[in-house]
Amino acid sequence: MAHQEGVPAGADDSGRVSLMNDPKARGLVFQALLIIAVIAMVYLGVSNAVANLARAGIASGFGFFSDRAGFDIGQTIIPYTNDSTYLRAFFVGLLNTMVVAVIGIFFATIIGFIVGLARLSKNYLVQKFATVYVETLRNIPLLLQLLFWYKAVLSILPSPREAARETGVEVAFSINNRGLYLPRVIAEDGSSLIFYALAVAIVAWFVIGRWAKKRQIDTGQQFPVFLTGLALVIVLPTLVFFVTGRPLSLEYASLQGFNMVGGWIIQPEFMALLLGLSLYTASFIAEIVRAGILAVSHGQTEAAFALGIRPNLTSRLVIVPQAMRVIIPPLTSQFLNLTKNSSLAVAIGYPDLVSVFGGTVLNQTGQAVEVISITMLVYLALSLMTSAFMNWFNSSVALVER
Amino acid sequence: MNKKILSAVVGAAAVAGMGATVASAATLDDVKAKGFVQCGVSTGLAGFSAPNDAGDWSGIDVDLCRGIAAAVFGDAKAVKFSPLSAKERFTALQSGEIDVLSRNTTWTMSRDTQLGLNFAGVNYYDGQGFMVRKSLGVNSALQLSGASVCVQTGTTTELNLTDYFKANGMTYNPVVFEKLEEVNAAYDANRCDVYTTDQSGLYSIRLGLSAPDEHIVLPEVISKEPLGPAVRQGDDQWFSIVKWVHFAMLNAEEMGVTSANADEMLNSTDPNVMRLLGKEGAFGEAIGVSNDWAYQVIKQVGNYGEVFERNVGATTPLAIARGVNALWTKGGLQYAPPLR
Repeated sequence: MAHQEGVPAGADDSGRVSLMNDPKARGLVFQALLIIAVIAMVYLGVSNAVANLARAGIASGFGFFSDRAGFDIGQTIIPYTNDSTYLRAFFVGLLNTMVVAVIGIFFATIIGFIVGLARLSKNYLVQKFATVYVETLRNIPLLLQLLFWYKAVLSILPSPREAARETGVEVAFSINNRGLYLPRVIAEDGSSLIFYALAVAIVAWFVIGRWAKKRQIDTGQQFPVFLTGLALVIVLPTLVFFVTGRPLSLEYASLQGFNMVGGWIIQPEFMALLLGLSLYTASFIAEIVRAGILAVSHGQTEAAFALGIRPNLTSRLVIVPQAMRVIIPPLTSQFLNLTKNSSLAVAIGYPDLVSVFGGTVLNQTGQAVEVISITMLVYLALSLMTSAFMNWFNSSVALVER
Repeated sequence: MNKKILSAVVGAAAVAGMGATVASAATLDDVKAKGFVQCGVSTGLAGFSAPNDAGDWSGIDVDLCRGIAAAVFGDAKAVKFSPLSAKERFTALQSGEIDVLSRNTTWTMSRDTQLGLNFAGVNYYDGQGFMVRKSLGVNSALQLSGASVCVQTGTTTELNLTDYFKANGMTYNPVVFEKLEEVNAAYDANRCDVYTTDQSGLYSIRLGLSAPDEHIVLPEVISKEPLGPAVRQGDDQWFSIVKWVHFAMLNAEEMGVTSANADEMLNSTDPNVMRLLGKEGAFGEAIGVSNDWAYQVIKQVGNYGEVFERNVGATTPLAIARGVNALWTKGGLQYAPPLR
């Protein structure tokens, strides 16, 4: 084939490059092919699994969700009996996971911040203690820590029969190998006013805070917001409590037969999981906090001091806000880790999602493919939600560049 | 770049193609090809399937697997054991990880029909019971209202427990673990007042507690628990082999053929014994093994009675009586179809 000079190979007479040789068109074609291949592979995988399940005589589909579960769960937040459906059992497991994750994140953050600050303390003892804490806890596998709390600490406590003095005697507080027993608040008629009072006090605290800030900006005068707010939150509901004729009462636990009955029970499985998760994750958060604070240049402190700002105000108004920008992104990963690590609950018998749904429900229905996919999707969704929230929070503290 | 994409596409297509051709060859051929039977057992339940000090597995369920190996290979040692938790067992069988599940597993309708399994018989008739500390002063399961109960997840036990307490209007607090060892440890640490599982299991577990004498098994039996081996659905030949190994062991006991006298029984003129030991007919060929399959099973493993006595009988620490597991001729439930 003879080529005309100046015209690329494959070009037609009109001078335009043919689609075969157009890099953009070729790129699009290959991308389209790749997408088709990926879709085909997923389709093939799913239809293959469905066909194989059908051939092996294994039931499939999601119809089991509306069947009666027929088993009991030791710890439930929403009402659940053995007559409830598998769907409800799923929610019980999900909520148990979320509760331990949320409370775990709360404690891990607080402990982590305290230990992280302690590691920077000038007090030798405090600083060394924090270092030992971090280096010990973050270097021992979490599963071992959970087993330690569950088997070595909580399960060697006395049994309720040994712990309680006598059958029927009410105790305000008891810790034994069946759990931690605390008084439970029983709300009677008219008690809702107390909660409204509490809400009013909290709103008032917030409003006073806004007002005080505005006044300080305008006039430079300060107002003791924290003390006023605290007083409001304590005094207002207490006042309403007495005015409405004391509609709240406490229920205490007492030994009845095998176990302590009544009161507010925190089971040892939950305690062990919460202790393990929050102490372990706190050791990582402590390091993140320390790194965040060290990342703020010392010049900032010196500049604040030069302006005459007191040391504690310097850290609150100058150091910490800047440190937060460094702290938040890695903190998100720790929150995600804690949520996912809560699935280790299965080792110590806490009825979380993996234990209730991925364990009992999987076995009673035998539908492994469906149950495991749902469990994985749930963890994925939880993580994405946490991550979305933290990204939003991060953007609110991030440096706004002008 | 385009070359890379192309090779990725080709590679993905190859993987997908492989996935589409998951083979379901006959289990017997697979077993013969690899040279051993892969048998799913418990993680350690004395008398049923448990490893001894030397790491050798023994127990009723283990002996059934050895019997299958003896029938297929003429060598009772051609078995490998996979210890499985209650939760893992069915998936392991469904996925082909094991060839036979012989793990004190209760035969129920849903398992038989919805899990893609076939139960090949009942090698131990059991029932669910309760174990408590003697110090609680409890002598009937009806006094257990309000108790904390330790139970293993993924078992029929978990459901029977619920049904029993519900039927009797009693409350309880379930403490559920995935692994047998965890349930044992929790009960031993007094996390629960009650341990519930199959009665045979309770006797076996009691031996492993820190103070076995301080615990009693309550008299109530709250359920039917026919325990037996299971295989995958859709492979009738393998199903028949497992089923008839069990029946051969029962028939041998009925005819008085034991591992000790199997060789002299070869000279027997009783047509029943001749058929059993492969002297007459071609029963082995029909299921794809040699004709002396039952002889090998009995010679190397023993008949059902021997297996029972050796593993859980009066001379063992478990000391379980034959009871309903006696042959039908002796008032029990163990009954095998005739070998003819």
